Amino acid sequence: MSIMVEPDGSGRFGQFGGRFVPETLVPACQELEAGFREAWADPAFRAELDHLLRTYAGRPSILTECNNLGRQLGIRLLLKREDLNHTGSHKINNVLGQALLAKRMGKKRIVAETGAGQHGVASATAAALLGLECKVYMGAVDMERQALNVFRMRLLGAQVEPAMSGSRTLKDAVNEAMRDWVATVESTHYCLGSVMGPHPYPWMVRQFHRVIGDEAREQCREATGDDPDVVVACVGGGSNAIGIFSGFIDTKARLVGVEPAGGAAVGRGVPGVVHGMKSYLMQDEHGQVQEAHSISAGLDYPGVGPEHSYLAELGRAEYPAVTDDEVIAGFSLLAKTEGIIPALECAHALAWIAREAPNMAGQTVLMNLSGRGDKDVAQMMDILK
Amino acid sequence: MTGLEAHLRARRDEGRKLLVPYVTGGLTNWKEGIRAAVAAGADAVEVGIPFSDPVMDGPVIQDASQRALEAGATPPGILAEIPTIDVQVPIVVMLYYNTVFRTGHERFASLCSNNGVSGAIVPDLPLEESGHWCEVADAAGIETVMLAAPTAPDERLPRIAARARGFVYAVGLLGITGERDALANTATAIAGRVKAVTDKPVLVGVGVSNAAQAREACRVADGVIQGASVVRRLMESGPDAVGDYIAEVRAAIDEK
Ligand SMILES: Cc1ncc(COP(=O)(O)O)c(C=O)c1O
Repeated sequence: MSIMVEPDGSGRFGQFGGRFVPETLVPACQELEAGFREAWADPAFRAELDHLLRTYAGRPSILTECNNLGRQLGIRLLLKREDLNHTGSHKINNVLGQALLAKRMGKKRIVAETGAGQHGVASATAAALLGLECKVYMGAVDMERQALNVFRMRLLGAQVEPAMSGSRTLKDAVNEAMRDWVATVESTHYCLGSVMGPHPYPWMVRQFHRVIGDEAREQCREATGDDPDVVVACVGGGSNAIGIFSGFIDTKARLVGVEPAGGAAVGRGVPGVVHGMKSYLMQDEHGQVQEAHSISAGLDYPGVGPEHSYLAELGRAEYPAVTDDEVIAGFSLLAKTEGIIPALECAHALAWIAREAPNMAGQTVLMNLSGRGDKDVAQMMDILK
Repeated sequence: MTGLEAHLRARRDEGRKLLVPYVTGGLTNWKEGIRAAVAAGADAVEVGIPFSDPVMDGPVIQDASQRALEAGATPPGILAEIPTIDVQVPIVVMLYYNTVFRTGHERFASLCSNNGVSGAIVPDLPLEESGHWCEVADAAGIETVMLAAPTAPDERLPRIAARARGFVYAVGLLGITGERDALANTATAIAGRVKAVTDKPVLVGVGVSNAAQAREACRVADGVIQGASVVRRLMESGPDAVGDYIAEVRAAIDEK
């Protein structure tokens, strides 16, 4: 039996997950769960989503073999090219699903949080396409380091609101989005950007990203005649990782989710409850959530989606961390050897592959290239000069 | 001291409207603020245990939490100071669930009872997730107040009321804590809906922002909770201003 199934009735993956939200939001979470369950089982909804994914987002995304870098590292390296999706990352898969669902449920407005801005841009895009009002909360620090995406969101007609509290990064943007939702829940859908938050989000968002893994498994068999030995993805909340893992959970492939050293929820956290879920969380002895510190705004988060905590506890997936310096090297490495500029988030996965390659000699390694690096070029210009 | 619910019921049944101010623990002069509020006629007091990520709170209580944390406040530190406040009304702690979870249910409940705390309000622990904590709290004599929100369908309210100890916290509006210009229509509506299904005291909190609004809410509810309006005065002007304000609200809700 697969271990990646629907969570139990309380939204648990093992001991993790659940629905730790204010009473005000409980009915909305219950309605969303019922609405998603019904839509996901409806061929008409699936066909509509599939149509958008193909004709708007550009799916299926291709698989690219990195011959130069593979040779250099002594492995066979395949990239799942989520960077080539419309809006430049995997985030669009989830957002198109949730935006269609929001419309189906009669909502007129979506709110979203964003770290690097990719989920915010995807949300603003879907809102423009489907005629929804859209407000995106973004940490004030992230608005500075991802200024290009702030402009893109505004260009797409979304309102971008700075989160001024705490560390002024992704965690605080989630707080603000939840506060907005508590006040507007009757007209508004919270378009959460990763496999985190209260039930049904971790499950629903995973289902919307399964397409990455399902496609990759086919493509991998076509390209190599077999499943890969290792599947690698970066982990912020964990949506691109869970998406690709879901295609290989039943294979023998080693599953690796790479966290930033400054935001290593699985590596350095202990179980805790924040943002509606029980999961590994970086916190102090009294349960105060610690601020994450990462070069990449998209991974600068002290928690992680509950299903990753479950996979870690089971030992089915592993969650090593890489440092900012390794990430910078990984970023340049892919650009120079393959002519692909990765997002700083997925440069984490590359950094781990580069470090571990000697222990994987001759193996086939599939990496989820979750986004393109255009948004990071300005930041890297400062760092690399 | 008698339990929270017994205390509040006895006062209500005498025809008194209930007034419960909220003060963030660890804020400068928080204990003095509580003493002033009780001297001015508070029937019980909520002590907020500051949390790094208070998603149910607006700017005033967020700011208070942040200040308290920066001043070094910790949950066990605040709990240990509660016996030194020395007031003759029940004290209820209000805190986010991770504080309880991280400490451990049993350990947290005994920390509360050892320090004279009567009850607990955990706004991000809804009915479905509350089972184990509530059992542990019951066993330790800590009364867990449940919240009832305007969005709750009718069938949910009797279950919330049945699980509630101390009182039922009727959430006055769709939104987070903070002062508003007018009392939302949802405030008396939810109070009335909850009162229709329970005999336990029903207090409205969140968005009850001044004496006039408290009086209006008390037309239906058994009492009110005063959060941001109290915390703002404590931060801006100090404990005396809290006492003056609570006296003003007391007079407004006592007026026949
Ligand atoms: C390209 C890219 N990859 C990964 C992430 C991290 O999110 P997740 O862990 O949910 O995939 C982000 C978030 O902003 C992103 O932009």
